[in-house]
Amino acid sequence: MAFFEGSKMTAGYGDGPDIISSCTINVDKGEIVAILGPNGAGKSTAMKTMLGLLNLKSGSVLINGEDITNLSPQDRVKKGISFVPQSKNVFAELTVKENLEVGAFLRTDKLDKILNDIYDLFPILEEKQSQIVGELSGGQRQQVALGRALMIKPSVLMLDEPTAGVSPIVMDELFEHIIKVKKTNVAIIMVEQNAKQALSISDRGYVLVTGQNKFEGSGNELLNDPEVRRSFLGA
Amino acid sequence: MDFINAIVLLLNYTVIPALTYGSQLALGAIFVTLVYGILRFANFATGDMMSFGTMVAVLITFYFQSLGISFGFLPTALLTIPPAVLAMIFYMLFIDKFVFSYYRVKKSPPVQLAMVSVGVMFVTQAIIRIIIGPFDRRFFDGEKFILKANEFKEMTGLNEGLTIKSTQAITIFVTVLVVSIMFWFLNRTKTGTSMRAYSDNEDLALLSGIDPKKVVLITWIIAGILATIGGVLYGLDKSYRPFVYFNNMLPIFAAAIVGGIGNPFGAFLGGYVIAFAEILVTYAYKKFFAYLLPEFMEPDSLMQLLSTDYKFAVSFSILVIVLLFRPSGIFKGKTL
Amino acid sequence: MMQHKNIIAAYSIMILLIIAVGVLQSWTIALTILNYCLISAVMTIGANIQWGYAGLINFGIMGYTALGGLAAVLVNVPPVKEAWKAGGSGMVVSLILIISGVYIIRTVLRKFENSKKRNYIVAAIIIIGFVIVRYISGPAIENIEAIDPAKTGFLGGLGLPIIFSWIVGGLFAAGIAFIVGKIALGLRADYLAIATLLIAEIIVSIIKHEDWLARGVKNVIGLKRPVPYEVDLQGSTWFIDLVEKFHSKKLDVITSLTERQDVLNQLVIDASSVYVKLCLAGLFLTVVIILLILTQKALYSPWGRKMRAIRDNEVAANAMGKNVVKEHLLIFILGSAIVGIAGAMMVTNDGLFTPGSYRPMRYTFVIWVMVIVGGTGNNFGAILGGFVVWFLWVEAAPIALFFINFFTAHLEETNAVKQHLIQSAAYFRFLLVGIGLLIIMRYRPKGLIPEKINIK
Repeated sequence: MAFFEGSKMTAGYGDGPDIISSCTINVDKGEIVAILGPNGAGKSTAMKTMLGLLNLKSGSVLINGEDITNLSPQDRVKKGISFVPQSKNVFAELTVKENLEVGAFLRTDKLDKILNDIYDLFPILEEKQSQIVGELSGGQRQQVALGRALMIKPSVLMLDEPTAGVSPIVMDELFEHIIKVKKTNVAIIMVEQNAKQALSISDRGYVLVTGQNKFEGSGNELLNDPEVRRSFLGA
Repeated sequence: MDFINAIVLLLNYTVIPALTYGSQLALGAIFVTLVYGILRFANFATGDMMSFGTMVAVLITFYFQSLGISFGFLPTALLTIPPAVLAMIFYMLFIDKFVFSYYRVKKSPPVQLAMVSVGVMFVTQAIIRIIIGPFDRRFFDGEKFILKANEFKEMTGLNEGLTIKSTQAITIFVTVLVVSIMFWFLNRTKTGTSMRAYSDNEDLALLSGIDPKKVVLITWIIAGILATIGGVLYGLDKSYRPFVYFNNMLPIFAAAIVGGIGNPFGAFLGGYVIAFAEILVTYAYKKFFAYLLPEFMEPDSLMQLLSTDYKFAVSFSILVIVLLFRPSGIFKGKTL
Repeated sequence: MMQHKNIIAAYSIMILLIIAVGVLQSWTIALTILNYCLISAVMTIGANIQWGYAGLINFGIMGYTALGGLAAVLVNVPPVKEAWKAGGSGMVVSLILIISGVYIIRTVLRKFENSKKRNYIVAAIIIIGFVIVRYISGPAIENIEAIDPAKTGFLGGLGLPIIFSWIVGGLFAAGIAFIVGKIALGLRADYLAIATLLIAEIIVSIIKHEDWLARGVKNVIGLKRPVPYEVDLQGSTWFIDLVEKFHSKKLDVITSLTERQDVLNQLVIDASSVYVKLCLAGLFLTVVIILLILTQKALYSPWGRKMRAIRDNEVAANAMGKNVVKEHLLIFILGSAIVGIAGAMMVTNDGLFTPGSYRPMRYTFVIWVMVIVGGTGNNFGAILGGFVVWFLWVEAAPIALFFINFFTAHLEETNAVKQHLIQSAAYFRFLLVGIGLLIIMRYRPKGLIPEKINIK
C-alpha cells in the first residue's frame, strides 16, 4: 500500500465525457513519480482529481490508508497535500516572504523555523524576501511557487508542469531543487512535457494514453522501453 | 508680507478644503477598490451604501440630542459611529447573503454583479427615502471652529484670515487614523495578507487553505467601517442629503480608478488627486495674484480656469485622461 | 411558435393594463403613460443594440438623451437676432478656433508619433488654446446672456419644425458617441460602464451651465409641437362636431340646453387633450415601428450574426479577422444615435427642455432596468421592458398607496407610522423597480422575452 494513491479514478469536467477512466497512480514518501503522456492524455486531469478539483465518478483517493475521496481541495491541503499549478502559481503582487507566509496560512505555530528551512532549500528567496514576486525572473518565481507549497510541510507535493516555459538551464536548476525536496521525505508527483529529463530524476513513471494507464515502471525501465521510446520520447 | 498673505489665502481656500474633501473621497474610494479587488465587481451601490450608514448615524444623533446626550465640544455624531457601523455591516452582509453571494458562487462575470449592484442601489435608495426622506439634514453640533479668521488675523497681523472648521480637523484626523489602522491590518496581519493574496490570485489562495467566506466577511466589515465613517464625515462637513450621496459615487469612482483600481493605497491618494484637481481648477486666483504681482499687473478677470459649476466635470475629465494614457491608474492597479 | 405566443400574450397584457388605467384613472393619464412608454421603448432599442447585440455597457444613456433634447431646442427655437448681433461673431470665431485646435492636435499626434515631446506639445496647445478661446468667448457669452435674460439670453435655434430635431438629435448623439467610443471602447466592460456614465455627466453639466447655448438650468419653454394645440382644437367646429357625434348617446339624454352645452364643453376639453396625445402617440409609434423593422433586419443580416459572434466570443472573432474595435465603435454610435432620437422625442412630447432634470437614476439606470427586465438581445423584449418598467415606475406610487392603506387600515389616521408611509409612497417606485430587477436577474436572467437565437 503506497502512501498516497488514487485508484481506479474515473472523472471528467462537469457533465462532459470522462477524461480519465480507471486510472491508478500512487506515490510513496521520498519518491518522485512522473506522469507522462501525449497531449490530451489526461495527465493534469489525473493530478487535479487527486487534489479534489474534479469530482470522481468512481474510484477512490487514499492518503496513508485514509479515504479522502469526498474531501474538498481545501481539506485535502489540511491533510498535507500541496499543489503547484502550472500557471499563476505565485501571488505576483505580494512579496516573496508574504507568498511564503500565505503558503503557511493553515499553520498556527511560529513560522521562523519553517521559513529558515525554505531559505536553506532556496537561498535566493532569503536574499529577495522583501521583493515583489511580480518583479522576479521566471526561475525565481518557480522557486517561490515551490517554497509556498512547501510551507505547510506537506507529505505530498504535486507539480503541474513545473518546467513549462523556462529555459533549459533554469530547468536543470529546478529539477535539482525538486530532488532536494524529495530528500526531505516528501512524496512528489509531477506532470511533465519534457519526458526524458523528467524520467531521469524520477523514481517511477506513469504513461497515460486517453486517460488510461498504458505503461508504468521505474524511470530507467521506461527510458529503455523501446515502445515508450518510440511513441513518447521521440527516439 | 504679501507673499505670506498669498500663501495663507491659498491654504484657506484651496489646501484645507481639498484635504478635507479628499479625505472623504479617499475613504469611499478605498471602499470601492476593496470591493472591486476582492469581491470583483464595480459596486454601483457605493454612494447609497455610504448614505445608508450615514442615515443611521443621523437618526441616532437626533435621538441622542433629544435625550440631551452630547459629546462636549465634539459633534454628537462621532458617538453614533460605532452603532451606525454595526448597522451598516449588518445591512451589507444581509445584501451579500441574499443577493451577491449567489452570483459569486456561480462565478458570474463581473458585469452581471455590477448590474445586480444597480438593483441594490435602487433598493437602498428606496429604503433610505422611505425611512428618512429625501431632504437636506444637518446634524452637526458642538464647537464649529477651531481657528476663526479674526483670531488668526489678530494673532499674526496678516490681512488674510485662516479658518479651520472643527469638521475639517475631525475629517482629516479620523481619516488618517482609520486609513493607518486599515493599512496596518492589510499589510501586517495574517488575515490582511490573506485578503491581499485572495485579491491577487483567488485560486492559489484557495489552494493555500484561505477560507473565502472569511475573506468576504472581513471585506464587508472593512467596507462597512469605511463607508459609514466616510459618509458621516462628509455629512458633518456639508450636510446629509441622499441625492448628494448618490452623486458622490461618481467622483469616488474617479478617485478609485485614477489611483489604480484594486490598489487601496492608490485609491487613498486618488481621493486627494481628485479633490485637489477639482478645487484648484475652479478656484478664482484673482486675489492671489493681486498679492503677488505689482499693482499695474493686477488681473481684471477672476483668473478662474473653470467656473465652480464644472467641479464634477473636472474630476471626470481627469479620469478620462488617465484612462487614455495610463489605463491601469496613476499608482498602478489591476490591468483592464 | 411558443416564443410568438409569449410575445403576443405579454404585449396584450401590457395594452390591457394601459386600458385599465384609462378606465380607472383617466384617458389622459393612460395616454401620457403610453407616450412615455413609446419613448422609453426607443431608448431601450438603442441600449439593447449596444448591450444585446454587442455586449457593450453604455451607462451614458442620460448624456445622449440630453443631447437629443438640446437638438430639439436648437432646431425649433427661432434665432435670437440681438444675441447673434451681440456675441454671435465671438462664438463663431471660438468654434472655428476649437475645430482648428483639434485639427492641429491631430496632426501633431500623427507627425510626432514616437516623440516624447508629443504629450507636452499637445498639452501646450490645449492650454494656450483654452486661454485664447476663453478670452474671445468670455465677453461674447456675457453679451449674449445679457440680452433679455428672463426670456432669452441665448443664441436661439433655427426656427424649424421640431420634428427635424429627431434626426438632428440622432446626429448629435452619434457625433459625441464617436468621440466617446474612441476614448472608452476597449476598456473592460465595467470600466466602460463607469467611463460612459462619467462622460455623460460631463455632457449634462456643459448643457446645464452654458447658458448661451440653451439657457442652462433656466430651461427653455414653449417649444412648438408637431401636432395641434388643445386651444385650437377647442375652437374648431369640426372637432366639436366630432366629439358631439362620438358622445351623442350620452348627450341626447340631457334635456336642458345649457346643461348640455356645459357637458359638451367639458367633453371637448377632455377630448382635445386626448386627441393631442393620440397624435403624438401615432408619431412615436411610427418611429418605434421603423426602428423595430430596421433593427430586426439588422439582427438577422450577416452583420447581425457577426456582431453576436463577436459578443459571444471576442477572442475567437478577433482571431477570425473580424475587426472588433471597428464594429464596436459602429454599434456604439448607432445605439447612441437612437437614444439621441428618443431624447428629442421626449422634449417634443413635453414641449420644454429642462437640463436640470437629466439625472442618472431616471435616464440611465431605469433604462437599463428596462433592457434587462425585457430581455437582452431581443428587440421585442427590450420594447416590452420599456413598457413594463415605465408603467411600474409611474403606477408604483398609487399601487404602494393602495397597499399601505390596506395594511394599515386598522391604524388610526393620526398614527405616525401610517402618515409617514403615506408621505413616502412615491419612493416605493425605487423599491419596486430594484426588487423587480433583482428578481429577474436571479430567476430569469435572460429577461421576460429571452433572445431567440442561440449560437453554440
